[in-house]
Amino acid sequence: MTLARWTLLLGASGLLILGVGHGIGLMSTPAEASMGETGRILYLHVPTAWVAMLAFTAAFIAAIGSLWTGGARWDLSMESGIEVGMVFSVLICIQGPIWAYPTQNYWWTWDPRLTTTAIMVVAFTGVLVMRRLIHQHERRMAATAVATIVSWVNVPVVYFSVEWWDSVHQDLSQVSSVDKVMLVPLLVSLAGTSLLGAAFFLARYRIALGHYQREEVAPELPDLPAQLELEDSP
Amino acid sequence: MRYFLALLHKDLLVGWRGRVRLVGLGTYALTLLLLFSFAVGPDTMALRDHASAYLWLAIMSSSTLLLAQSFQQEVEAGAIEGLILLPVPPPALYYAKALANLLLLLFLAVVMLPVSMVLFDLDISGSLLTLLLVIILGSAGIVAPGTLYAAMTARLSSQQVVLPLLLFPLVVPPILAAVKATDLVLEGDAMGQLPAWIGLLVAFDAIYWSLSGLLFGKVLDE
Repeated sequence: MTLARWTLLLGASGLLILGVGHGIGLMSTPAEASMGETGRILYLHVPTAWVAMLAFTAAFIAAIGSLWTGGARWDLSMESGIEVGMVFSVLICIQGPIWAYPTQNYWWTWDPRLTTTAIMVVAFTGVLVMRRLIHQHERRMAATAVATIVSWVNVPVVYFSVEWWDSVHQDLSQVSSVDKVMLVPLLVSLAGTSLLGAAFFLARYRIALGHYQREEVAPELPDLPAQLELEDSP
Repeated sequence: MRYFLALLHKDLLVGWRGRVRLVGLGTYALTLLLLFSFAVGPDTMALRDHASAYLWLAIMSSSTLLLAQSFQQEVEAGAIEGLILLPVPPPALYYAKALANLLLLLFLAVVMLPVSMVLFDLDISGSLLTLLLVIILGSAGIVAPGTLYAAMTARLSSQQVVLPLLLFPLVVPPILAAVKATDLVLEGDAMGQLPAWIGLLVAFDAIYWSLSGLLFGKVLDE
């Protein structure tokens, strides 16, 4: 099966499962005890955060692979992983305030987990900006991989920040802390979002692969009509 | 080890020969401290409460200038190729450069400390040695990833934008711990929290110093 088919298959099944999960979450489960109907955003927020972490972790593994082997495919997977992670972590930063305002009466607070999530977004933005500025392929590969590995150190910091510092954010989610009735839609949504994330990853990988192959075949053609030469020529 | 010492000597010598730059950086850092007190206004209480935050922000801002310079000179003089061609393991290059940067940054910090004590009307209720330890550990947390990123961005003409963009998010945890620890040394540590923050600093230093040393060789490959 080709890459495009896989993307379509994963994306479609992801959407379908996500629809089922959200359907159960919205219709057949009771409202959350302390937060009421708003608590249902749980079925969206937790899967999004999960996929963001997963995508950055995939980028981290790809970064190690790219440094180890020097293979271009690792490099392209790393780029795709970072970008998918960026999309989902920006989504967390949007969903969080939407959840927080009705329940806690503020949009944003300098809570450790929120702060570290914002830091993570900014850190990987920096990696992507640097990637655009380095034009020589080998140097771009090494620099992005190194920056990704170092930035990824932030991901566990985000995860454990709730335990390290006192936090207003909900404690780390565990299977035991969620009631069975809510666990079903949560896990179904989790599966759906993960498939959707995988589809995004493959779609982005296809684009990156196309760019790379074009660069291989005709390196003299610029990607963009007018490319700024920001790097000092060697 | 012999290589490391020779390289460290070289970097410190370059720093000493270019001491005009160092004086310039020091003046910049002191101006920052002054700006913070102007921005807050003549509220002595507020200044004293936030003094450690101002001190660390000034250290962080001057560190990016210092770090950017550390490789720029070598790239401009074409000496970086020579360094890469030397039969020296890359970690030795990295640790010599990082240690030289750390010593230069500490020099700046030691100049800033008494000035901020005067400007922000501070007393040290803990011991001066602990404060110095916190400053050393905090600066080490900035310099370790900073030297790595400075090497990576040394050839970019937009380094002045990219370096802080990459570095600032990474140094947030050490800066946070350093500010808290400095605060506790200055204001007194009633709850005994200081060891926890110093422990966090040590942990980040250990991660960054070992990780950056490992990865440095990959950045240099041309």
